[in-house]
Amino acid sequence: MEKFQKLTGIAAPMPLVNIDTDMIIPKVFLKSIQRTGFGKNLFDEMRYNRDGSEIPDFVLNKPQYRNAEILVAGDNFGCGSSREHAPWAIADFGIKCVVSTSFADIFFSNCFKNGILPIVLPQEQVDLLMADAERGENARMTVDLEAQEITTSDGEVIKFDVDAFKKQCLLEGLDDIGQTLQKQAAVQSYEGKMAQERPWV
Amino acid sequence: MSPKTLYDKIWDAHVAHEAEDGTCLLYIDRHLVHEVTSPQAFEGLRLAGRTVHAPDKTIAVPDHNVPTTEGRNDPAQMTAESRIQVEALDKNAREFGVHYYPVSDVRQGIVHIVGPEQGWTLPGMTVVCGDSHTATHGAFGALAHGIGTSEVEHVLATQTLIQKKSLNMKVEITGKLKPGVTAKDITLAVIGETGTGGGTGYVIEYCGEAIRDLSMEGRMTVCNMAIEGGARAGLIAPDETTYAYVNGRPHAPKGAQWEAALNWWKTLFTDEGAHFDKVVTLRGEDIQPVVTWGTSPEDVLPITGVVPHPEDFKGGKIEAARRAIEYMGLTPGQKLTDIEIDTVFIGSCTNGRIEDLRAVAEVVKGKKIKDGMRAMIVPGSGLVRAQAEEEGLAEIFEQAGFEWRLAGCSMCLAMNPDQLSEGERCAATSNRNFEGRQGYKGRTHLVSPAMAAAAALTGKLTDIRELM
Repeated sequence: MEKFQKLTGIAAPMPLVNIDTDMIIPKVFLKSIQRTGFGKNLFDEMRYNRDGSEIPDFVLNKPQYRNAEILVAGDNFGCGSSREHAPWAIADFGIKCVVSTSFADIFFSNCFKNGILPIVLPQEQVDLLMADAERGENARMTVDLEAQEITTSDGEVIKFDVDAFKKQCLLEGLDDIGQTLQKQAAVQSYEGKMAQERPWV
Repeated sequence: MSPKTLYDKIWDAHVAHEAEDGTCLLYIDRHLVHEVTSPQAFEGLRLAGRTVHAPDKTIAVPDHNVPTTEGRNDPAQMTAESRIQVEALDKNAREFGVHYYPVSDVRQGIVHIVGPEQGWTLPGMTVVCGDSHTATHGAFGALAHGIGTSEVEHVLATQTLIQKKSLNMKVEITGKLKPGVTAKDITLAVIGETGTGGGTGYVIEYCGEAIRDLSMEGRMTVCNMAIEGGARAGLIAPDETTYAYVNGRPHAPKGAQWEAALNWWKTLFTDEGAHFDKVVTLRGEDIQPVVTWGTSPEDVLPITGVVPHPEDFKGGKIEAARRAIEYMGLTPGQKLTDIEIDTVFIGSCTNGRIEDLRAVAEVVKGKKIKDGMRAMIVPGSGLVRAQAEEEGLAEIFEQAGFEWRLAGCSMCLAMNPDQLSEGERCAATSNRNFEGRQGYKGRTHLVSPAMAAAAALTGKLTDIRELM
């Protein structure tokens, strides 16, 4: 997995609440058996007309946000389906960090598996970052995972929380499966015990 | 020992390893797999030279993008991309030696209907699948939730998930339901109350008299939509109804093992005085037949209501409601029963079981659907379909003018050819009314099977109580 350590980039504002995974990547694009190539269809129905032309008003089509690497979004971002194609599309577009007041659980954990940092902040701080993001390409924010800080374009510093284990995995780009396989002995001993206690499973 | 909730008990029984910071390896008893969210996971195993840790606990079935029309064994019926995914599942299931129900098998169907039907899902288990509606299996008192594809790969390789424990939430539905009110109305009414983010970070336990009174089919409908309220999982404590459903299923324990299992299952309830971090209580008598008006499952109103004004809401929801009303082509103040529909979809892991089809048959028996209406019934599995045919339901449906399909997810998420066209408006028994969910610019109103049947007859969203 790609590491996430420190990022300075343009933030795109998407204040809409309840942005669901069907909006992030509509199901017509779920038919690939690869993990890559979803970025061009990120937010497809909001981003393109039916004929494939761009909808100019959509935030990521505006010149100042085409290279955004951070998304500041409304409440409950990523609700709905468990499709990991959603974070794959976000990462493939080049966005590495999403800030909101809340995320849907499955989407939230899917982000960490793909080198994306989802950050939960209180409403007033999201509002502040949203306003900063509205200023476009001149407003670059810095997200420092090690220090757990976001620095706005005005130099204001906002602290954020992150699970210690997940933080370590992102900082080092660790592979979950490799780590779990190191604990194989514990799993085998559990399986041995269960074969006695609950053999019907 | 301090009193525990049902969730606490199942969680504790599955922790294979706990780190100092509380990060656990949770052992997974059943892993369900379908064709859309698994190919990249199997490919990951292959690239790393890994195997499936417990193939006997892994069950695969194609459902999301299989056609539901006759003759579908002919690959020409699928789009090239769908065929690639179904063929990949065929290949992966064989190569890794997991249990498999191919399209040609009468037991094939929606993964969340097949699991319980075959007795794979049992009380007290942990069940996962790369699909958010895995919550369905919570109806058995199993801890069941959706996972992403990286986690699918993790479970395939290790039979565990890296997890931290969620909080406990209790949703109690007291008393009795009124006539015309169903499990679907309960689960939608709860989401209407809590919002789609209200359950985020929680595992819900549904309890109360109205929940106890539900059949297993109804309980599955309730738990299925826990995820629409943001909760990863919904649970209902097992009882005699559960045991009666499970007993005799192909993969349920038999003989002495059944007795041993039953003894353990009977300990699976929330202890008196156990702590819940959040409690929501609804009176069963107050729940009415409901319908969604917008593009989020929280946009729920009794069928007697009117389309709201965006200004009725607060904060970010004002803009979301404005967008939803425009997308749905509605006018604030319009009566919900004045909304005309052109399509009816009955099926999905929410409402594609035999009881749902019986409810539809009861409404449409001897009647005809409205002229010009496109109405399809998609049973949740080949066995549900066979049973409906045996009970004479299929005949009732066909005489009324419904299309009677083969099993699959179908128009719930419209990955197969069953889709809405731009501007079409559908009364659907499925679980999501998101923009574009049933087809580009398609409009979805979520309802119970009986309400969908009523709408097919009248051509409008209809209060089922007026047809009773």
